[in-house]
Amino acid sequence: MDTTAGGASSALGPRPESHGGAPPGRRAEQRTPASLVATGGPAREGTTDVRGNVGGKAMSRLDLTRRLVAQLTHGEIVVAGIGNANFDLYAAGPRPENFYMLGSMSLAVPIALGVALAQRSRKVFAIEGDGSLLMNLGALATVAMVAPDNLTVIVWDNGAYQITGGQAAATAEATDLVAVARGAGIAQSGWARDEAEFERLVRDSLTGHGPRFIGARVNREPGAGRPERDPVLVKDRFMRGIGAKPAQPGSG
Amino acid sequence: MSDWPGTMIKCLTERGVRLVTYVPDKVLIPLIDGFQGHPGVTAFSATREEEAVGIAAGATLGGMPSAVLMQSSGFGNTPNALASLIVPYQLPVVLVISERGVLGEFNAVQVPIARVIRPALDALGIPHVTLEREDDVEFLVTRSVHQAHRTQQPAALILSPRLTGGKMEG
Repeated sequence: MDTTAGGASSALGPRPESHGGAPPGRRAEQRTPASLVATGGPAREGTTDVRGNVGGKAMSRLDLTRRLVAQLTHGEIVVAGIGNANFDLYAAGPRPENFYMLGSMSLAVPIALGVALAQRSRKVFAIEGDGSLLMNLGALATVAMVAPDNLTVIVWDNGAYQITGGQAAATAEATDLVAVARGAGIAQSGWARDEAEFERLVRDSLTGHGPRFIGARVNREPGAGRPERDPVLVKDRFMRGIGAKPAQPGSG
Repeated sequence: MSDWPGTMIKCLTERGVRLVTYVPDKVLIPLIDGFQGHPGVTAFSATREEEAVGIAAGATLGGMPSAVLMQSSGFGNTPNALASLIVPYQLPVVLVISERGVLGEFNAVQVPIARVIRPALDALGIPHVTLEREDDVEFLVTRSVHQAHRTQQPAALILSPRLTGGKMEG
């Protein structure tokens, strides 16, 4: 079957060239000792940080989320991780195809992988924060192994555990998550250095083959919205929104 | 000749299970091989058990009934995924747990977690049955999975060494 580990990647044939990001091995020279508390974002303006962001700026997570949602016109699914990822997804405008995680730090990528396998005809996006992704890097290896054609992982990287007080994450000075994703086997992995590049990478995800991984450096604005904290309601709306249950309760 | 794996695979697939993800275990080999060779099932490994639970949750949300296979020690990696995802969102994921740490265990580090499984499942409100006899497998698996799917609740199936032979030293 084409969805098992071996078959899926071979069915896709040679993977398209990867885009963006720092070449492997580049970051060692750029590193400085990690500070205990991250301040001012993961990269200093005008420097090359571990992401290969030459003069890169920290973008607005909410603005990028809106730019993503604006491109979703065919019932694409979005699974947003705990905290600011789903706060901003909700703030960008509730959609029935959004799944809001109320807990389960680190599981946005696995959940999105499962949804992608169940809903092969829809594109699926997982949105995760850097701290959450760091908790379960193995999930990237599983995504690469299963190689779902319809899955894109987006990470908002602000180098910190923002929601718990801004403690420095390994991404602040050391870890390049795009390089991690590429090393895990997701060949189509790249940093979005600005809003236009982010929009282009999203567009590529919508038109091309997956799996893909998009990293975006973001600032530390607090998440703008709050989805209703009712897990069964979230599930029900989502499943009906994607046709996994009848559209109206009691209609099927 | 006991064919508990064949019976389990038949019962789970007849109840609609189409995605199986697992962290491998020796006792689970015939189940893993059977699911991987099944034309109607997508089966693959995850790097850790809570990730496997997350994948099964996602597939279930997408309309694809799912099961997770793990060893009892791996169950120890799952509680947050069960408590914050499977249980409150009411997702009928089937957990298949092969039991180490009982009935002839040779490795002391396998024993404590075996004592945790049932109290933890009880505390989480996840119904569980222990499969000990081949002639009970069909009834217990079919009824447990049916109830899970109809009531939108997870279910746990614990595979006792009395059924599987377990893993012996050597």
